Amino acid sequence: MHTTDMSGNKKAEAVAEDPAKVAAFERRVANDEFIEPKDWMPEAYRRTLVRQMSQHAHSEIVGMLPEGNWISRAPSLRRKAILLAKVQDEAGHGLYLYSAAETLGTSRDEMTEALLSGKAKYSTIFNYPTLTWADIGAIGWLVDGAAIMNQVPLQRTSYGPYARAMVRICKEESFHQRQGYEIMMHLAAGTEAQQRMAQDALNRWWWPSLMMFGPPDDKSPNTEQSMRWRIKRDTNDELRQKFVDITVPQAEAIGLTVPDPALKWNEARGAYDFGDVDWEEFYAVVKGEGPVAKERMQARVKAWDDGAWVRDAARVHAEKRAAAKLAAE
Amino acid sequence: MSDASKEWPLWEVFLRGKGGLSHRHVGSVHAADAKMAVEHARDTYTRRMEGVSLWVLPSAAITASDPGDAAALFEPAEDKVYRHPTFYKIPDGITHI
Ligand SMILES: [Fe+2]
Ligand SMILES: [Fe+2]
Repeated sequence: MHTTDMSGNKKAEAVAEDPAKVAAFERRVANDEFIEPKDWMPEAYRRTLVRQMSQHAHSEIVGMLPEGNWISRAPSLRRKAILLAKVQDEAGHGLYLYSAAETLGTSRDEMTEALLSGKAKYSTIFNYPTLTWADIGAIGWLVDGAAIMNQVPLQRTSYGPYARAMVRICKEESFHQRQGYEIMMHLAAGTEAQQRMAQDALNRWWWPSLMMFGPPDDKSPNTEQSMRWRIKRDTNDELRQKFVDITVPQAEAIGLTVPDPALKWNEARGAYDFGDVDWEEFYAVVKGEGPVAKERMQARVKAWDDGAWVRDAARVHAEKRAAAKLAAE
Repeated sequence: MSDASKEWPLWEVFLRGKGGLSHRHVGSVHAADAKMAVEHARDTYTRRMEGVSLWVLPSAAITASDPGDAAALFEPAEDKVYRHPTFYKIPDGITHI
């Protein structure tokens, strides 16, 4: 997921660009051609992509924290091995996306600095805490489920390196969702306390998951341009509806209740009607007021600072070895 | 942190999916040296037995053709259709050709 633009919808300032080049670019994209790193592209396209891709990469990296919180307390060795593998995948996703974003001429350090200084955004969902083991089930099922819904269409996004990274990521996501649903399934079939735990996790993660698709279409002014450029292939509301329609029967099948009194099957639309998302809460979390936003950033900054001596030592060692090799030749 | 020169160099990663196939570009990694680049490539691109062999090379060592030259480089081949077998009309009765 994490593909939603959350940086305030600033309109790009106009840069003087050769109209013939712009027209040729627009034609290629409209024909569903892929744009590759060395191809000419409008500055606004490049900037939008860097923002979207780095935001997506940051989300994968910060997304390791809520689940990492439970690795040492997983209820069995099987669950622990699975969770470790899943969190490792998320690190991989972050790395695929950072390296794809680097092909647009922004450095890894610039992106890291933007994240750690608080300048860059990441998905709001990761600023909620993981209070119980059932949260790990709910995250895999709902958060990775929403991520898949957002990411599948991006396998055909117009920027080649981004599309290729998405193909790789989508292949790996389906295990994430299934292991989460399996956790929920087992809890929902367990003791009364386990059932309550599963329902409580669904109650807390349902609405933040719907927020993952970003603001409603009428509050998302950049959607039109992003769709024209094939950086986005469906609107936020379309994807949100699809997610609700697919997920509600999955909850019912294991005896859990989606926490929305307005939820009702609409025969005429062939889709569920559902209640309004609390957008006040969404914008507050975007601004950094999520329940554990500060802890998340502290953890990233600490990891970066604690790793500094390793980065420096490896670099100096490599330089010394290279110099010695040169001298021996 | 903002000192760009302290960043580990970038390496391009090529992966052989299985014996008999060529190495194919899969992405890139940062690493201090070649050995570490192989290790990072292994962790990043082969968590599910996606391959049997890795190549890494410094991204800076790649020379690429300019997309602006694509027409000059590749289009001259377009009018040489006689380089393809379908250019030649062979009567229906003739087989194994
Ligand atoms: Fe992911
Ligand atoms: Fe995932």
